[in-house]
Amino acid sequence: MTLSALIIAPFIGSLVAACLPANARNREAWLAGAIALAGLLFTGWLFMQADPGEVLYERIAWVPALGLEFVLRLDGLAWVFAMLVQGIGLLVVLYARYYMSPADPVPRFFSFLLAFMGSMLGVVLSGNLVQLVVFWELTSLTSFLLIGYWHHRADARRGARMAFTVTATGGLCLLAGVLLLGHMVGSYDLDAVLAARELIITHELYLPALILIALGALTKSAQFPFHFWLPHAMAAPTPVSSYLHSATMVKAGVFLLMRLWPALAGTEAWTWIIAGAGTCTLLLGAFAAIFQRDMKGLLAYSTISHLGLITTLLGIGTPLAVVAALFHTLNHATFKASLFMAVGIIDHETGTRDMRILRGLYRQMPYTATLAIVASGAMAGVPLLNGFLSKEMFFAETLLVGGDSNWWMSYAALAVGVFGVIYSLRFIAVFFGKPDQPLPREPHEPPRWMRFPVELLVLTCLVVGVVPAISIEPILHQGVVAILGEATPQYDLAVWHGFNLPLLMSFLALVLGAWSYQLLRRRFNLRQREQAPLIHRFSGAQAYENTMLAISRAADFMLRHLGTRRLQPQLLAMTLALLLVPALLVGMLPGLLAPAPHPADAFFVMLWVAGGACALAAAWQAKYQRLAALALAGGTGIVTCITFLWLSAPDLALTQLMVETVTTILILLGLRWLPPRLRDAGPAAAPPWPVRLRRSRDMLLALGGGLGLALLSYAVMVRPMPDSIASFFLEKARSEGGGSNAVNVLLVDFRGFDTMGEITVLAIVALTVYALLRRFRPAAESIAIPAQQANPVDAATRQPPAEQANSGYLQVAGIYMRLLLPFMGITAAYFFLRGHNLPGGGFVAGLIFSVAIIVQYMLAGATWVEDRLHLRPHRWLGYGLCIACATGLGAWAFGYPFLTSHTAHVELPLLGELHLPSAFFFDLGVFATVVGCTMLILVALAHQSTRSHRLPEKADPAREAR
Amino acid sequence: MTSLLPLALGFAMSCVGLGILFCTLRLLIGPSAQDRVLALDTLWMCCMLLCLLLGMRFGSMVYFEVALLIALLGFASTVALAKFLMRGEIIE
Repeated sequence: MTLSALIIAPFIGSLVAACLPANARNREAWLAGAIALAGLLFTGWLFMQADPGEVLYERIAWVPALGLEFVLRLDGLAWVFAMLVQGIGLLVVLYARYYMSPADPVPRFFSFLLAFMGSMLGVVLSGNLVQLVVFWELTSLTSFLLIGYWHHRADARRGARMAFTVTATGGLCLLAGVLLLGHMVGSYDLDAVLAARELIITHELYLPALILIALGALTKSAQFPFHFWLPHAMAAPTPVSSYLHSATMVKAGVFLLMRLWPALAGTEAWTWIIAGAGTCTLLLGAFAAIFQRDMKGLLAYSTISHLGLITTLLGIGTPLAVVAALFHTLNHATFKASLFMAVGIIDHETGTRDMRILRGLYRQMPYTATLAIVASGAMAGVPLLNGFLSKEMFFAETLLVGGDSNWWMSYAALAVGVFGVIYSLRFIAVFFGKPDQPLPREPHEPPRWMRFPVELLVLTCLVVGVVPAISIEPILHQGVVAILGEATPQYDLAVWHGFNLPLLMSFLALVLGAWSYQLLRRRFNLRQREQAPLIHRFSGAQAYENTMLAISRAADFMLRHLGTRRLQPQLLAMTLALLLVPALLVGMLPGLLAPAPHPADAFFVMLWVAGGACALAAAWQAKYQRLAALALAGGTGIVTCITFLWLSAPDLALTQLMVETVTTILILLGLRWLPPRLRDAGPAAAPPWPVRLRRSRDMLLALGGGLGLALLSYAVMVRPMPDSIASFFLEKARSEGGGSNAVNVLLVDFRGFDTMGEITVLAIVALTVYALLRRFRPAAESIAIPAQQANPVDAATRQPPAEQANSGYLQVAGIYMRLLLPFMGITAAYFFLRGHNLPGGGFVAGLIFSVAIIVQYMLAGATWVEDRLHLRPHRWLGYGLCIACATGLGAWAFGYPFLTSHTAHVELPLLGELHLPSAFFFDLGVFATVVGCTMLILVALAHQSTRSHRLPEKADPAREAR
Repeated sequence: MTSLLPLALGFAMSCVGLGILFCTLRLLIGPSAQDRVLALDTLWMCCMLLCLLLGMRFGSMVYFEVALLIALLGFASTVALAKFLMRGEIIE
């Protein structure tokens, strides 16, 4: 069983098509055509092979634990639609090969077309309702892409957006309806739902579910009042229109109604909703079609009307009406697809679709004209063509259900018949008469194979119209039995049923239609009319635009009144909410108000007073005295470090110490490029009272927030620690991690995956900073050389930094700082090597190493260091990540999960036994990454100076020449 | 002898504490940037001494290593600040 291949093949083809070169028209068409043909043959073969009435299944377990399955189900109805989708698809592909111009990006077209075909087959073959909705939305999406294919055209974009908004919204309604249905039945399986008719129609949720599902189907099938999107979707290329808007996409709604017919139909609500919408659509569409001037517009409204006819038949609800509905679905697909293609040919050959201009095309393109005339005959319901048969069935059904009481039904049907004849005549009028103005292009017959699909479809119309019983009946019967099952009525597809009322109605429609057309043409100047009388005021498209406008206005209103782009009010609101909401929710925690007195060492308190004072002062000075604020923040940092030590967290203390140093250097590097403070003209005037009020409010809020947080942390910290995961790590660090420093074991072993992610993020950040700084241009006011270096009296002004360190100001510092480099390196190695058992590790060691290098940079300048030391931070980064990753992957080689560590004890000569955990290599990766990141960021910042110093040199042409 | 060590430690810690307080005071009032940098450097030194004292008090070797690290690398930020004051940028 390979039903899934039917769906998967088009999607794979879509991907392949997208990758082909832009000018590969033939390859694209062969690919798409081959997929459609193979699918068609395969579907046909399945039908030949299966027993009559057999339903084929394919179930693929998806999430077995949740009972989720991907179910494909091929019964007669699905089979008929699958054949339709693939058959018309094949013809459209052939047609599109000739229709699309070489300038169009063809891969995109065929890719979308195949994806659409796959989605449509998914809808048809789904055996699970939710799965059906997913494919349903996929058809909306792919049709959006297809309609908007010529996205440089505003009308295509607009039409695509409109179609998508309407059908996707309908899809959401459908989803809700399907969920209700699943809730009622207790299963989303199609068979279960179809079998539960009694349960569903007596359920109190029946009506909401029906309305929601009907919304889905009606939007998709362009039924009143959602019909307006279809004419606008005509901005699509004609192959798209002929595929989507005759045979497939709009038929999805009808398909859904047929699919769920056994479960939902037959109630009064069903009839009112479905038949009501269908009848309105039928009349409105047919009437509007008469007054179009665009040939595709005419076909669009005619499609709306025919879909309304099918919907009405389904709404009527008798078994024979269902037969007629399915029959008309097939007939409409054949003649409408061929008509769309014919219009495409006319458009292609003449350069216009305007029926006010087109005349007398019969002489230039007799074959195409004949084909189009026959197809529009089928549309009008001329005997011996397929449209006649299904339309006659429609008349018969309206007579049957209308009877005496609902006589208006029959009159409405007759009116639609008349309208149909009128617009068909209007359509074929382009082939006759004498052109009264020259056409944009001189028309001639299209290429042989472009006409072939039309020929085939028109031939089908004829064959079905003449000998329905042997041509279409076996196919139709499959579908009908799948819908109706036991209730399948006796029906007889034949051209001649004897003289009866439906036949009379058909002829009446033809005669009245022809007469009305003459009348309209002579009296009302039909050929030059711009818009439909009466109904042009009720524009669905306008209503849609108004709704969209209202929605975006409402969103705008909300955004303006409930949101802000400014940071301050956002912060204000958030802080206020953080302060008030917990207090309102739980009340003031008693423990918070009166924190338990905790014995504290006087010395520790003193340290904290000093640190707190520094922090406050730093915040206070930060606005204008940046350097002072930085020094003060340094004071806070060292106190924090001592605090960690005091509370016995030496690992944290070490890291804090190094981070503190590196941060100071980083900020100083940045400070160079901040613009200096503007000196204001005089003493500032006292701020006005609203400002003071605002500032006081902010002050209060800030105090409240800060104190609240401090109180909260204090209250939490003085409480005894509940049993947490920490004790587990402490116990297992030695036995399972192979190290006695639990913090390091935690980082490189137990939670190695976290660390892996962190160093990756670190590397990304460093590279981003580097990339941003490459294009960094300092502000104009900070580009000049600092004042200290511009002093002409100072001898060091003209010295490069290296010279200063060797023989200038910095000679003393130069000697001992260079001497310290190896010691710092050894310290780094020391902290790295023993990290697994005692405080230290890759992170701290990396920072120490970076600081050691940076000190050299500060001493003698970037140029001097880089002449002697080729440190390539990018490589450190890359190698670090590779080592860490490789260590993790190494565990796989031994059949363990990623990042499992192993401790080896290696016996080395001289050194003795060496304790060598694999986490050591992981830590080496961390070390290299940290060094790479720190160096990359700091050096990138440092290089800004050398770049700006180079600027004046560039101005000197003599130097540049050298 | 056993009672002498806590006494000595207490005395030393009070001295270092006083040192930290005065450094903080200088850091806070300034007035010049050079004062602040010097105060910060001295503060780091006091903290290094404190580490040593804490190591004796808690009887742990780890504190000595932290002191080593402060001694070896603590001056880096001082150098950076000083270079910034002297040259206007720390890496030329």
